[in-house]
Amino acid sequence: MRSLELRSVAVSIMLLMTFLLAWHLAVTGGSSGQKMDPEYAKLMGITATQGKSAMPSPVDVGLTLWGHIKDPFYVRGTNDVGLGLQLGYSILRVAAGYLLAMAVALPLGFLIGMSPLMSRALDPFIQVLKPISPLAWMPLALYTIKDSGLSAIFVIFICSIWPMLINTAFGVANVRKEWINVARTLEVGTLRKAFTVILPAAAPTIVTGMRISIGIAWLVIVAAEMLVGGTGVGYFVWNEWNNLSITNVITAILVIGFVGMLLDQILARLGHLVTYPE
Amino acid sequence: MSIFNNPFSGSKLFRKSGGCSCGKHSSQTEHELAAAKEANAVASAGEEQQLRRVVEAGLMRALFPNDASRRAFIQAVGASTAAAALSEIFPILTATEALAAGGAPEKKDLKVGFIPITCATPIIMAHPMGFYAKQGLNVEVVKTAGWAVVRDKTLNKEYDAAHMLSPMPLAISLGLGSTAVPFTVPAIENINGQAITLAMKHKDKRDPKQWKGFKFAIPFDYSMHNYLLRYYLAEHGLDPDVDVQLRSVPPPEMVANLRADNIDGFLAPDNICQRAIFDGVGFNHILSKEIWDGHPCCAFAASKEFVTAAPNSYGALLRAIIEAAAFASKAENRKQIAEAIAPANYLNAPVTVLEQVLTGTYADGLGSVKKDPDRVTFDPFPWESFAVWMLTQMKRWGQLKGDVDYKGIAREVFLQTDAVRLMKEAGLTPPEASTKTFSVMGKTFDPAKASEYLDSFAIKRG
Repeated sequence: MRSLELRSVAVSIMLLMTFLLAWHLAVTGGSSGQKMDPEYAKLMGITATQGKSAMPSPVDVGLTLWGHIKDPFYVRGTNDVGLGLQLGYSILRVAAGYLLAMAVALPLGFLIGMSPLMSRALDPFIQVLKPISPLAWMPLALYTIKDSGLSAIFVIFICSIWPMLINTAFGVANVRKEWINVARTLEVGTLRKAFTVILPAAAPTIVTGMRISIGIAWLVIVAAEMLVGGTGVGYFVWNEWNNLSITNVITAILVIGFVGMLLDQILARLGHLVTYPE
Repeated sequence: MSIFNNPFSGSKLFRKSGGCSCGKHSSQTEHELAAAKEANAVASAGEEQQLRRVVEAGLMRALFPNDASRRAFIQAVGASTAAAALSEIFPILTATEALAAGGAPEKKDLKVGFIPITCATPIIMAHPMGFYAKQGLNVEVVKTAGWAVVRDKTLNKEYDAAHMLSPMPLAISLGLGSTAVPFTVPAIENINGQAITLAMKHKDKRDPKQWKGFKFAIPFDYSMHNYLLRYYLAEHGLDPDVDVQLRSVPPPEMVANLRADNIDGFLAPDNICQRAIFDGVGFNHILSKEIWDGHPCCAFAASKEFVTAAPNSYGALLRAIIEAAAFASKAENRKQIAEAIAPANYLNAPVTVLEQVLTGTYADGLGSVKKDPDRVTFDPFPWESFAVWMLTQMKRWGQLKGDVDYKGIAREVFLQTDAVRLMKEAGLTPPEASTKTFSVMGKTFDPAKASEYLDSFAIKRG
């Protein structure tokens, strides 16, 4: 077991090294550029004059990343704040939309799971609303909510509600019949049954739904912020795209991936806490 | 004319012409002496009286752009009746009070949205260069991702005013592409400053007739870019709705799309065009000034509600924009401006690119350096005839249906009168004429004959 772990780490590092090396070789090649009038060359960018690839090398990205890590919380005006602050804005938005979705999805999921009638009645709505791309809601949200910040939160809410709702309903509906029957024999009240029997039994499924939701919410926030702009890591990507700074875009991609992984790990830990041996 | 001339004098001309213009005096010199005397009298009568004259003059000029009809009106009803009638429909006193420099802004903390392109130069530079602060305002300039978002955020009142494409306030007022909300253009920002950029692979296809099947990007449906590109293509015999594809793409995404070969070219705002050249992705086909020299592009826009609810803030904001535009219109200031607006907080673009755009000494992408000091310039004056032209093009391409009251809509939205007044306050000279004719690709446009102009095009919708 121990040696398998070590070996897998070694393979991971090797893969990473190979990738970085290939990347480095791929971007350092290129011609020395054609002859140009120096007057004209002064007005042109290095991609045009030196034939340099617009793609940065891994070293460039590493340096930029280090620059952001060194000074993550600077504020140089409304439209230029540090990457750390941008991440903070994004995480706050995700948290707000996600908690709202939880507040709606968990009770509603319980209701659907426990009542076959509601389950059938709500099913068509869920089936129609679930596959809608969350960003398609954005124009409608901007028009009705009349606030871009709240609209972004609404989009997070609407995209993270479905996995939680469906998993909760599924988990609640599939609690083992024997346990429900035991509760019934003991004449446990509905509310008590819900909290002491069904909730612990369905918890692993519910947490799995929550884990899927947080992943989707983090995917969507970047796109939503690119659309409404202002603050957040999505805005950062857009702003650097604007400047065609691929280096900063790649840096942002790495950071987004890292934060997404952290969020996922938190929910995975929560999942471990609620699992039980049968 | 002097701004202190009595606009209710039936015998006075607004424009000077040879000889004594009113006929009361034996010579023009004598006439001017008398006029100067009156102006002095008003000037010494105190600031309020002066301001009142400024408001009245602007108002009369707006109501009667034609001197002959203004005089006829005043001679027919008498000056005092005319003044009384005017104050019935327009609160001259309130407007005068609002104008008086003492009026403190109702709201000091304002948010102004912008799209990161050089068209927004006056709005942006007014922040780092202190034009807003000079007017006692604390303005936050907020970078925005696209035109639809700017529109929605301004309609939502998240922004008090915003940088818009000049046809957008017309479209918003008319309810095209959004709910109808009365909007105003108190100032234009830039003149010229756009270009048609093509991908490098089309280096040899310089004749638009070879462009069949091309995919072009424009910033927005309601943009001068859309109308100019359509006009240019149609003049070369291509139907822009049939022979080519036009796509709305936010300016910042255009270069990336051109590089990715998604589009063949674009008529876009600078710095985007120059950026494509800078990165070796495209070349300059023509500057937009070669289609219409002196065309307006972007506008400073505010809702009518903001104008009436916070007239002092609005006045102060507009004074800042007009002064910034005047500063930017001087060639010697351009390098300094390029440096001020380049940082990530504003345009987030290389200084070299901005300098090439603003100074007009630029690389054309084909290996030579071109010089054209008028590549972009800044002139805040919102000519009503600009709006009339845009409306004719909206009608031409089917965005606007049915009968159009060109003059009426133009007057509602483009606040020429306010600009005259505020330019004078800022110590600038507003244009003397009240209407402007211009020519687009050699074809003269007369705002008085908008329908005839529209009928004269072979390629149009509806």
